[in-house]
Amino acid sequence: MLFFLLMVDNLSLLFNAPILSAQLLVDGILIGAIFALVAYGMALVWGVMDIINIAQGEFVMLGGYVTFFLAAAGVHPLYTVPAAAAALYILGWALYRTVVFRVVDKDMFISILATFGISIVLQQLANELFEADVRTAESGLGSLFFADGLIVVSQIKVVAFICALVLGATLFLFLKHSRLGRAIRATAQNARAARIMGVNTDRVFATTFALNAAICGAAGSLVVMTWLVHPYLGLAYTLRAFMIVTVAGLGNMASVILASLGLGAAENFAGFVLGTEYQAAFVFSLLVAILVWRNALLSRQRKYLK
Amino acid sequence: MAKVVKTRAWAVLGAVALVLAVGGPASPKVEGDTIILGAAVSLTGKYSTNGKNTQDGYELGVKRINEMGGVRVGGKYYKIKVIYYDDESTPARGAQLAERLINQDGVKFMLGPYSSGLTKAIAPVTEKYRIPMVEGNGADRALFTQGYKYMFAVLSTSDQYLREAMNLAAEQAQKQGKDPKTLKVAMAFENDPFSMDVRDGVLEDVKRLGMKIVIDDKLPPEINDMAATLTKVKAVKPDILVVSGHARGATMAVRQVSDMKVDVPMLAVTHCDSAKVAETLGKAAEYALCASQWDRSLSYKDRWFGMAEEYAKVFEKEFRYDPPYQAAESTAALLVFVDAFERAGSFDIEKVREAIAATDLMTFYGPVKFDATGKNIAKPMVLYQVQDGKYKVVAPTKWAAAKLIHPIPPWSKR
Repeated sequence: MLFFLLMVDNLSLLFNAPILSAQLLVDGILIGAIFALVAYGMALVWGVMDIINIAQGEFVMLGGYVTFFLAAAGVHPLYTVPAAAAALYILGWALYRTVVFRVVDKDMFISILATFGISIVLQQLANELFEADVRTAESGLGSLFFADGLIVVSQIKVVAFICALVLGATLFLFLKHSRLGRAIRATAQNARAARIMGVNTDRVFATTFALNAAICGAAGSLVVMTWLVHPYLGLAYTLRAFMIVTVAGLGNMASVILASLGLGAAENFAGFVLGTEYQAAFVFSLLVAILVWRNALLSRQRKYLK
Repeated sequence: MAKVVKTRAWAVLGAVALVLAVGGPASPKVEGDTIILGAAVSLTGKYSTNGKNTQDGYELGVKRINEMGGVRVGGKYYKIKVIYYDDESTPARGAQLAERLINQDGVKFMLGPYSSGLTKAIAPVTEKYRIPMVEGNGADRALFTQGYKYMFAVLSTSDQYLREAMNLAAEQAQKQGKDPKTLKVAMAFENDPFSMDVRDGVLEDVKRLGMKIVIDDKLPPEINDMAATLTKVKAVKPDILVVSGHARGATMAVRQVSDMKVDVPMLAVTHCDSAKVAETLGKAAEYALCASQWDRSLSYKDRWFGMAEEYAKVFEKEFRYDPPYQAAESTAALLVFVDAFERAGSFDIEKVREAIAATDLMTFYGPVKFDATGKNIAKPMVLYQVQDGKYKVVAPTKWAAAKLIHPIPPWSKR
C-alpha cells in the first residue's frame, strides 16, 4: 500500500518538476556509457570467437583494483586508466593462451562453462589477495551545476563518458582501418575462410580476447573513480553487458552504444518511480518485451531471431 | 569371506553411528588444567576480514585471561584454549564444523562465528546437542525468535542500529522548537536480512514518534549506484536520510550525497567505520552519522582490561591494527563465558548455561544482561559523527565524548 502511494507521489514529482527528469536522464546516460564499453567488448568476443564471456564483470573488477592500488601508491587515478587497460590486456592474453584457446571452436556451452570458471577463480583470487573490503579512488574532481544547481553532474562521470566515447571511437577506427582490425573482422565473418586466406586466426583470437579485457579494465578504472569496487562487483556488469548485446546485436557498434545509454536512462527512471528494488526487474522485463516485439516484427518478414 | 568382512564393517559403522548419535562423552572437554572451547570462524571467503577480527578478539581474551592466571573454577585455576576451524564464509560448512567440534573434538562450549548467516546455520546444531554458545557477531533479529535456549548474544540486535538516530533527530527537533511529528524521513536499505531488520527498527520508531516516511527504497544487492534514490531525496527534501547496506551502502551513500550535492540535515548510515568513509572519502564524509556497536572512547570499564581505551591499546600492541567493534564484541563473548564458569563453580553444562542466562556483567565493551531469548538488552548502540575527519561519539549522550553538529550545513556553505 505504502509502495503504491509512494509510486504515485514519485510520478507526480516528475510531472511537477520536469527538471528532475533531466537529472535522471543525464545520470542514466553517463552510467550507460560505462555499460557500453563492457557490452562492446562482449559483443566483440562473441562475434569474433563465438564465446560468451561470463568473466566480463571480473575484468571490470580487476581494472578497478589496478586503479585503486596505483592511486594508493600516489598516482593520480585519471592517469591509471591506460595502466588498467594494459594490465588487463596482458591478463586477457594469458587467459587466452592457457584456457580460452582450448574452447574457442568448441560448443558454446563449453565456452560458457570455461569463462564461468574463470570468473569464479578471479573473484575468489581477488577476495583472497585484496580482501573483501569496499574500495574507492578519489579523482579529486568536483561537480558541474546546471539550471541554478538543480542539475548536478559529477565531473568524473563526464570524464568517464568522454573516455568511453573516445575508447569506442578508437576501437571502431582500429577495426575499420588497421590490418589487424581487418583480420579480426574477416575472422568474425568466417573463421575458416579467413584461415584459408592466410589470416592467423589464433593470433586474432588472442588479440580479440585481450582487447576485450583491456576495454573492461579501462571501464573498471572509471567505475572505481565514479563509484566503488569490491571482489563481487562483476556480475552486475556481465548481466547488463549480456542484456545490451542481446538487444543490440553483435555487428553494430552504434546500436550497442544506443542500447547502453537507453538502458542506463531506463534503469534510472525505473529506480526513481518504482523504487530501486524494482530497478533491475523493470529492466529485465523490458528486455523480454523488446525480444518479443522484435520477434513479432521479424516473423512478419518471415525471418527468425538469431 | 568377503561377505563376512563386509558385515563386520557394517557393524563397526553402526557402532560408530550409535556413539555419534548418543553424542560422545558427556563430560566437558578439559585437558589437564585447560578448558577447551570451540569456534568456526571465517578465515577465507567474503567475510575473511571480519572473520579474522573475530578470531583476534577471542585470542586476545584468551591471552589476557591466561596471563591473569586463568579461570577459577571450584578452587582450581584453569587455562583457556579455543579450537578454530575455517568455515570459508559458507553457512553449510559452518554447520558441519560445529558438528565436528562437538562430536569429534568433544567441545562443550562454543563461541560464535562471524555474521548472522553463519550464526543462523550453527545455532540449530549447538541447540540440538545442548551446547551453550555465546556469540558476538550475529545481530539478526530472527536469531532470537526461534526459542533457542543455549545461544546468547552480547551485541545489540540489528533492529537497534539506527533507532538511536531517530531518537536523536526527535531530540534535536524539540530543541529547535519543532514537533518531531513534522519530520520527514527518507529510507534507503539494501534488500538483505540485516538491513531489513534495521529498517524494521527505524519503522517502529517512525511510528512511535509520528514522523512521516517520504522515501522507502530497497537497494538491490547487485546495484552500485544510488543516483535515482538521491535525485528523489533532492526533490522531496527530507529531514533525515537513513541508509543501511553494509560497507558498500555506506560508501555509496556518502560518496554520492557529496557528488550530487544532496542537502539533508541529518544523514545516518551503518557500517561506515568498516567502510572507512572518513579515511577514504575525506571531506565528503563530514557530518555523517554512523551506527556502531562499540567505540574505544566510551567510558565502560571491567576487571580484565580496564577501560575500553586500555583494551584498544592492548589489542593494537598484539595485532597491530585498531580494534574494530567486531573484535571487541568477540572478546566480550569470551568474557561472558569466563564470568559464567566462575559463578557456576563447575564446567557442568547445565550449570554453566544457567550462569550465562543470569549474567549481569559490566565489560569494557558495555553492560551485558540477557533476556529470555538470549539477546543482550543492557547495551545501547553508539552513534558516531564524522567531525574533522575523525569519528566522534555523539550518542547516547550519557557515554558520548563529543557534541552533535546539527543540522548539517548545506554544500553551498562548505
